[in-house]
Amino acid sequence: MIDVDPSLVNWSRVQFAFTAMYHWIFVPLTLGLSFLCAFYETIYLKTGNEEWKKITRFWMTLFGINFAIGVATGIILEFEFGTNWSNYSWMVGDIFGAPLAIEGLFAFFMEASFFAVMFFGWDRVSKGFHCFSTWMVAIGSNLSAVWILVANGWMQNPVGMAFNADTARFEMENFAEVVFNPVAVSKFTHTSSSGFVMASAFVLTISCWYLIKKKHVEVAKRSIIVASVFGLVASLFVGFTGDEAAYEVAQKQPMKLAAMEGLYKGEHGAGLVAMGIMNDTKVPGDVQDAFLMQVKVPRVLSLLANREFGSFVPGIDDLVYGNEEQNVMGVNTMMEKGRLALADLAAFKDAKRNKDDVTAEAALARFDVNKEFMGYGYLDNPEEAVPPVNIVFNSFHLMVMMGSLLPVIFAAFLFYTFKGVITEKRWLLPVGLFTGLMAFLAEQAGWVTAEVGRQPWAIQGLMPVKIATTNLSVTAVQITLAMFAVVFTILLIAEISIMLKAIAAGPEGH
Amino acid sequence: MISNLDYVTLQQIWWIICSVVGAIFLFLMFVQGGQTLLWQVAKTDTESALVVNSLGRKWELPFTTLVLFGGALFASFPKFYSTSFGGAYWVWVLILFTFIVQAVSYEYRSKHGNVWGRKTYELFMFINGSVGVLLIGAAVGTFYTGSAFSLNDMNQVTWQYTIAGVNLRGLEAAFSLFNLSLGLFLVFNARVLGALYLLNSIDLGAFSALEQRLRKAVLTNFICALPFLLYVVVSVLLRKGFGVDEEGVVSMVSFKYFFNLLALPHLLLLLLGGIGLVIWGVLLGALKDSYKGIWPAGLGTVFVGLCVLCLPAFNGTAFYPSTYDLQSSLTIYNASSSRYTLMVMTYVALFIPVLLAYVTYLWKQMDSKKLSTEDALDHEAY
Ligand code: HDD
Ligand code: HEM
Ligand code: HEM
Repeated sequence: MIDVDPSLVNWSRVQFAFTAMYHWIFVPLTLGLSFLCAFYETIYLKTGNEEWKKITRFWMTLFGINFAIGVATGIILEFEFGTNWSNYSWMVGDIFGAPLAIEGLFAFFMEASFFAVMFFGWDRVSKGFHCFSTWMVAIGSNLSAVWILVANGWMQNPVGMAFNADTARFEMENFAEVVFNPVAVSKFTHTSSSGFVMASAFVLTISCWYLIKKKHVEVAKRSIIVASVFGLVASLFVGFTGDEAAYEVAQKQPMKLAAMEGLYKGEHGAGLVAMGIMNDTKVPGDVQDAFLMQVKVPRVLSLLANREFGSFVPGIDDLVYGNEEQNVMGVNTMMEKGRLALADLAAFKDAKRNKDDVTAEAALARFDVNKEFMGYGYLDNPEEAVPPVNIVFNSFHLMVMMGSLLPVIFAAFLFYTFKGVITEKRWLLPVGLFTGLMAFLAEQAGWVTAEVGRQPWAIQGLMPVKIATTNLSVTAVQITLAMFAVVFTILLIAEISIMLKAIAAGPEGH
Repeated sequence: MISNLDYVTLQQIWWIICSVVGAIFLFLMFVQGGQTLLWQVAKTDTESALVVNSLGRKWELPFTTLVLFGGALFASFPKFYSTSFGGAYWVWVLILFTFIVQAVSYEYRSKHGNVWGRKTYELFMFINGSVGVLLIGAAVGTFYTGSAFSLNDMNQVTWQYTIAGVNLRGLEAAFSLFNLSLGLFLVFNARVLGALYLLNSIDLGAFSALEQRLRKAVLTNFICALPFLLYVVVSVLLRKGFGVDEEGVVSMVSFKYFFNLLALPHLLLLLLGGIGLVIWGVLLGALKDSYKGIWPAGLGTVFVGLCVLCLPAFNGTAFYPSTYDLQSSLTIYNASSSRYTLMVMTYVALFIPVLLAYVTYLWKQMDSKKLSTEDALDHEAY
């Protein structure tokens, strides 16, 4: 029915991943820095102290430089669903398009219109209204996160819809279910708070650099107070919501969870791998050990996954080949059911075309029995349902490691700033210098975990990515990708250079 | 009330909503038009600063409207979204590129350490205002001229236009005189609007030479736009259109759009009224001392845009026709989302007036005082 060139699929994936990860370089900073600017400006409004205005305007300048390129890389993602994943867009546009439209309507316009006031309104509107505008930019950017994550959450856990055999696509049945999808909720809380962490870490990095250079010391100290409070609270929240995210993954995408932990053989009271080096040659079903070396915390994975120490967590082998004892249906079985569903769907369409209603009805009834496995019918072998385990494992563990270190660092900065001795702690400042990089790595690793972990699915269980692409020539995709690489990199170089100049000039050079 | 609307009404409402957003976008392209005027009307650094900063306070509006336009089409007419964007791939990708480079240009143009130099960013702006607008016009033109695609059982699009074995994926739209004319009309119209907007927003007290050049630009660009507009209008009236009968069968119908105009007289009114308003705006800007020409000309552009987008969609017409396989053509009835989705989205659309209200309010707040040299040379300025 649908034949696609695997290299076309792979190049399309590379292009999407590339543009999305580029977008994600800038977005978390926008999410968090907008709030930090709002905090700084509110303090200025309350105290009337010009020093705080200077701080606000300094961070706002950096915010603006970053925001512009965030917008530039974002527009492309929105249209890429049409240009490169057009079959996907047609099959699920009924559900997936709505959050994107709502995002434009509610969020982007708010950001965009108040942005102009925030930057150029200092002498044109009242102080109070200006501060209000800064808050609106912050709220607007985080609202856009809500809607895009509703869309992404739906791909991970498709709810509130039904397959319409007549039109051969998925249609929305319950908007509230789509919006309050538990996966979307945990994604939003985790992602936006991760942005707050990112921005706090960014402020910390630059402030530490000033302290080390003994420049702009007052501004740096004041910036650190707000950033470390915000960073500490946000990073604790990130850990908490990350745990929630993992629980959702365990319930809705057990294969992803197994890959995140490199768990091949399921067990009761499964342990959590704190650190490990994976065995490259391991494949599903063989007898090799998955790890060359690992440190495990006993029984914690079961707790994380099912909120119960002794519970069973299925491994990759259980999920691929089935485990009757534990009531786990294998991919092999699901593939059979999926193939039946696809055949019945084709029979239904044929009968419809021949205006044979009786046969059509019978085919539809058979289809309904197996339709939830439809996506599995497209797989060629059960092992295809396993994502690249190494990548998922390593990125997940990188993120969690950063997630454990960051709150400690924020707490240390907060403690010593309150004691008024931060400038004397020469050992701490270089550590602070690295927090921006650490948060950045966690951000990218987080999305790699989430997205690579759900392969091969565009929509979990229903639509593999290989049938989602636009029928393009591989060359066309390669050329576009090269164009993106060149243009985005030209812009990134300019961005970094402008940022560095602005940072070197500092708030006084302002 | 909304939950009682029938499917067909919802589909029509949504085409109108998308058209309104599209038509407002055509008006907001005064930013793009203004970008192409920069090198022509601004002769000194201060003048450039004034022009760039005046446009720079508005550049997010057309950009975000384009994003909203895409989102709204995705949600309400997903089959169009997938067929057009996936099919006419290169046209859309190129349009997007011109917007990517525009988005950073204002912010980076005059910043220290911008690596590529001020002229590069100004070139980006120029490309966005010329190539970008032209291609958008060509893409809209295909609503009338059609494209060579087919859809299979699963509604996957295959683009059928090749030259010497190379599939142009939509770029061939620019080979049609009609599409090109529509594109060029939009380019010149955007320049008229750009000049009118700059007249309105800058404090020109001490810049009479700049004012003079702007007023001249209004006139010359309008004169350049006229022949293309005439060609487009006459051609629309005379050409065969893609009619759809009761059964949904598509066929070529002579004078289809002419008859559509007669059947839908309010569209005719929009067209004539719109052109009249644009001319009024031009007269205000070019021949009188007025600074308010942007308002009639802007409203006129919205009216004309609405007519152009609605004319090929209503009265049994296929708005995204396929010349390769007539029966693959898209109508607002076979390309839309389900009734449920349209209903939900209609509730959401009730927010549009609120949005327009706050955008207008902020515009007023920010433009109550005209842009001065001080503003343009402020350290935050672009
Ligand atoms: C969690 C948050 C988040 C995520 C996952 C994404 N974005 Fe984004 N996006 C934002 C948060 C954001 C933002 C913070 O709101 C930005 C960054 C800079 C800005 O202006 O807004 C933005 C900008 C932005 C823009 C430009 C908006 C404008 O006109 O101002 C578009 C079109 C998109 N994004 C579209 C997407 C798409 C299609 C995504 C998924 C594939 C996506 N974004 C992922
Ligand atoms: C919320 C909006 C998002 C949606 C709807 C979305 C959807 C998709 C789709 C359709 C693909 C292509 C199919 C494939 O996986 O091969 C993909 C891949 C990918 N996305 Fe996302 N994505 C979103 C956001 C992001 C963001 C912000 C990132 C951040 C960096 C990201 C990272 C990736 C990666 C790394 C891949 C490639 C995975 C792979 O192919 O192995 N995604 N995503
Ligand atoms: C203790 C710490 C953390 C835990 C337990 C945790 C857990 C998780 C889990 C399970 C996911 C995958 C969700 C999915 O696949 O649907 C995820 C995704 C993600 N994480 Fe974390 N995380 C932690 C810390 C961090 C930190 C410090 C950051 C960044 C500063 C971060 C940023 C992200 C991002 C951007 C995503 C992708 C969006 C999403 O899927 O929600 N995480 N995290």
